[in-house]
This record gives sequence, structure tokens and C-alpha cells, in this order.
Amino acid sequence: MEEVRLMKGNEVLAEAAIRCGCDGYFGYPITPQSEVLETLMERKPWEETGMIVLQAESETAAINMLYGGAAAGKKVMTSSSSPGISLMSEGLSYLAGAELPCVIINVSRGGPGLGTIQGAQSDYFMSVKGGGHGDFNMIVLAPASVQEMNDFVELAFDLAFKYRTPSLILADGVIGQMMEKVVLKPFKPRWTEEEIIRMNGNWAVTGKKNRNKNIVTSVELDPLSQEAFNHRLQAKYREIEKNEVRYEAIHCDDAEYVLVAYGSSARICEKTVEIARENGHKVGLLRPITLFPFPNEPFEKLSEQVKGFLSVEMSAGQLIYDIRMASKCRVPVHHFGRMGGMVHSPSEVYDSLKSFFSLN
Amino acid sequence: MKQEIIIAGFGGQGVLSMGKILAYSGVMQGLEVTWMPSYGPEMRGGTANVTVILSDNRISSPIVQDYDTVIVLNQQSLDKFESSVKPGGILMYDPNGISNPPTRTDITIYKIPATEESAKMGNPRVFNMIVLGALLKVNPVVEIENSFKGLEKSLPERLHKTIPANQQAILRGMELVQ
Repeated sequence: MEEVRLMKGNEVLAEAAIRCGCDGYFGYPITPQSEVLETLMERKPWEETGMIVLQAESETAAINMLYGGAAAGKKVMTSSSSPGISLMSEGLSYLAGAELPCVIINVSRGGPGLGTIQGAQSDYFMSVKGGGHGDFNMIVLAPASVQEMNDFVELAFDLAFKYRTPSLILADGVIGQMMEKVVLKPFKPRWTEEEIIRMNGNWAVTGKKNRNKNIVTSVELDPLSQEAFNHRLQAKYREIEKNEVRYEAIHCDDAEYVLVAYGSSARICEKTVEIARENGHKVGLLRPITLFPFPNEPFEKLSEQVKGFLSVEMSAGQLIYDIRMASKCRVPVHHFGRMGGMVHSPSEVYDSLKSFFSLN
Repeated sequence: MKQEIIIAGFGGQGVLSMGKILAYSGVMQGLEVTWMPSYGPEMRGGTANVTVILSDNRISSPIVQDYDTVIVLNQQSLDKFESSVKPGGILMYDPNGISNPPTRTDITIYKIPATEESAKMGNPRVFNMIVLGALLKVNPVVEIENSFKGLEKSLPERLHKTIPANQQAILRGMELVQ
């Protein structure tokens, strides 16, 4: 039966993990996402589903615990906020290099450094372009509501296992701390050992029985073999780009100007669209839901129709580069955004839109 | 119907929980809701505020600049948010500790002596529910039965014994409005 609750984004991440049959959560507290670990500790899923919840001694430890759990073919997850994700970046690269499926959640905050504890969106590059050394990408999902915080946990796991790659949910302090109505999913049992062997037995270290041994590693001493692996990894990313693009277009059909935003910024921009339309301006919103793979196609199409894009991100401007690439710079692309944990209001965005494009 | 409401006061006055009860009451009424708190250092002793939006339709931004209803429970919050009431909107305040009362003439202002009343009731902890009752009287965004349901949903089980006192405070708050 449908279960409707009022929950914080962070709380629902924990609940969704339990309900989708997650085997283990490893994390270290950091604002603004500490409620994830707190909710899990309060819910005691180990008594209910057998899911392990462990407060690691550091983020570095947590990400390596994830590596261990994922190597055994289990559904494992961690969450942190910006500085904590930086600490995990070595592990992220190893996970990608070992082709291990897992879910990482970044409820991001203002930086650089220890920064502030308020929400920010300045981790776009880190999530989409970097995340660690070596040529790799993670699938990056950007929820814009508490409902999506719920839904994307299971989606992130599904995609991670489908492609054997880490999935990252890039949220921010606003979505994490906000409460909204959410429809929870029914409980799914955790995979049994037999199911894990059946589904992941061709790569996971499940205990060798009647098969060749599986080795989970990211080291390769022969550069030619490493290059072959790199090609295989890249082919996988192209496959992901082909199949997994997700976005939402709001009032884009007749739009002359399109705002581009993800996560909490997209919610704010949705209101800006309402204000702009009330004032007679044909403004739309394109919200990338997957940041990797980036939705290039709608930008390419819209660039034939619109007079300009305004990228709105709580950062100095990171998303803007992907919009310029995707729209092939056919029309002007500008950036607006507050930084450091300050959140722009819908009318601030509207004022900047008017000023960039000389609207009345 | 769409109502954009902010509740602001000192940390510890029950600002966030009042907002949560209001939001849960909206859920019980089948409305779309958002509850967006200020959080961080200001929660510990300084000012705290929460924006609650209730709507028949999908809610876009959980963060807004102007509000249909502003509830302020200390002078700092009054100074900060008086100008954020939409013209024709509602400003509600508790006179306790207020030396500079609101001055705008294009909005409806309600003075609700909730601190005083909660002291009379012998239970300062129900202060925020008195304010909620007053709000529901002047701006009936949710039905009273749904506010009772929201109250029950918001409180953890161990506090369910306080439900009658809280319900009584909501009703008392409604009576306080002149």
C-alpha cells in the first residue's frame, strides 16, 4: 500500500536504502547530511532486514568499506558532504577502476575547504568531471525534491549494478534539510547469497565454487592491457550516455529564454519561470536529472529555437560549460548564482535574467 | 489555494516544530507541502525560522522572498520580516519582548499574547500551539481536525501523552484572536 509521509530529504535517503534492500551503509557524520546516519541508527535496520550500518572512523575508511562490500557483490552505500567526498576521491577512482557498483551520496555544502554548512552546488566539476584520478565517470543523479531523494536511491543502485560502476547522487543542503511529502516504496528483501552468486557471480568475490576465480582489482602492470581496459571502460560510458539520459523540460516548447538548473536551484528557477510568464516573457526551464550522462540533445535542439540560456547554479559557474558545449555556443549562455551557502531567491534569478537579456 | 508562510523566532521557542505540525496538517488535508528550515549555528540560541508552503498544486520553490503570512516571535524576527509580508497579507506577533511594534498599514496585523497565555495555562511548552491556533483562526489553511492529526503525526510516540494539552492550546489560540 502507498505510504505517504512528511520527511526530510536526508531522512528519506536512509529509509529508501533500507526499503530497497541495501546490505550495508558506511559513513561518517558531517553537516548537512548527518540525519542519514542518525536515521539509520534510530531505525536499526539490522534487526529488520539484516542491513549493516556502521559509523566508520573517517570518510576514507567508509569509502574503502564500500569497496569491500561492493567487491562481494553486495548493495552498499555511503553518504557525506563536500569535504568528506574530497576525502573519498581516491576510493572513488579505485571503485571505478575495479568496476564496482555502489551508491555514493553528496549532500553538498559551501566550499572550498571546510567552507560552510549551508547548501551549495559547487561540486559539479568534482562529481561530473573529476571525482578522482584517471579516466573515469560516475553516473550522477541530481534530485530536486524529497520524492526524488527517495526514488533515486533505488535507481542509483539499479544503474550501478547494470553498468558495474559507482553511482553518485548529487544533492545539496537545501534538499537534504527540506521536508516534503513523500510516497515511500514497499520493502524489497535483500538479495540472498544465492541470488548474489547468480547475478554477480561472474565478477564478485562470493567464495569460489565450481568456477574460475574472480579477481577484483584496479591494478594492471602492462600498459597495453591497461589501455585495452580503458577502451572497455570508455565504451561502457558511451553506452551509459546512449541509454541513461534523463531530464525534465518545463515550458520549453515556446520558450525564447531557457533557465538551466538542477537540484534545489531547479526548484527556485521553476518559480522564476512562473514569475517571468506572469510578466509576459516566454521563459522555460531545462532541468538535467542525470548530470552524467549530460542531456546534450535537448540543448542542441533548443539552441535552434531560443535566444539564450541562463545557467543557474549555487556556484561560480560550473554547469555553464556543459551547456555551452551542448548548445554549441549558438546562442549566449550566461551564469547566475549565489555562493558559499547563500541561496538565490526566485526574484534574484528573475532580475539577473532580465539584466542579461535586456528584458523589461 | 497557495499559502507561503514563515515562522521566525528564537531557537528553542518551538518554531521548527510548529512549522512541522502545520506542514503535516497540510499533508493530512491532502495538500502539497514544503518545510524549509534555517539551520546551523543560529539554531543554537540565536534566531530560527522555517518557511512552510501549502498548496493545492505542485510547489516550485521552497524558498521565497515575500510571504502571505509572517509569524514573528521576537524583535529581531519582526525587524527582519515585517517588510517581507505581501501587501494585503498577514503579520502575527507575540507582544512579549517587543519594544518596537510593527508599523505597516497595508497588511493585517494580529497581536497574540501567546507567551502570557501559556503562562496562564501553566505550560510554557504549549506556547507554539497557541500561536498555531491563532494562525488557523485568521488564516484557516487547514481544518482543525487535520491540525490535530498533524500534531499526532509530528510527535514521536513518547510525547503522545502531551497531545491533549497541545490540542487545548490550539483551541485557546483560536479564542485569543480578536
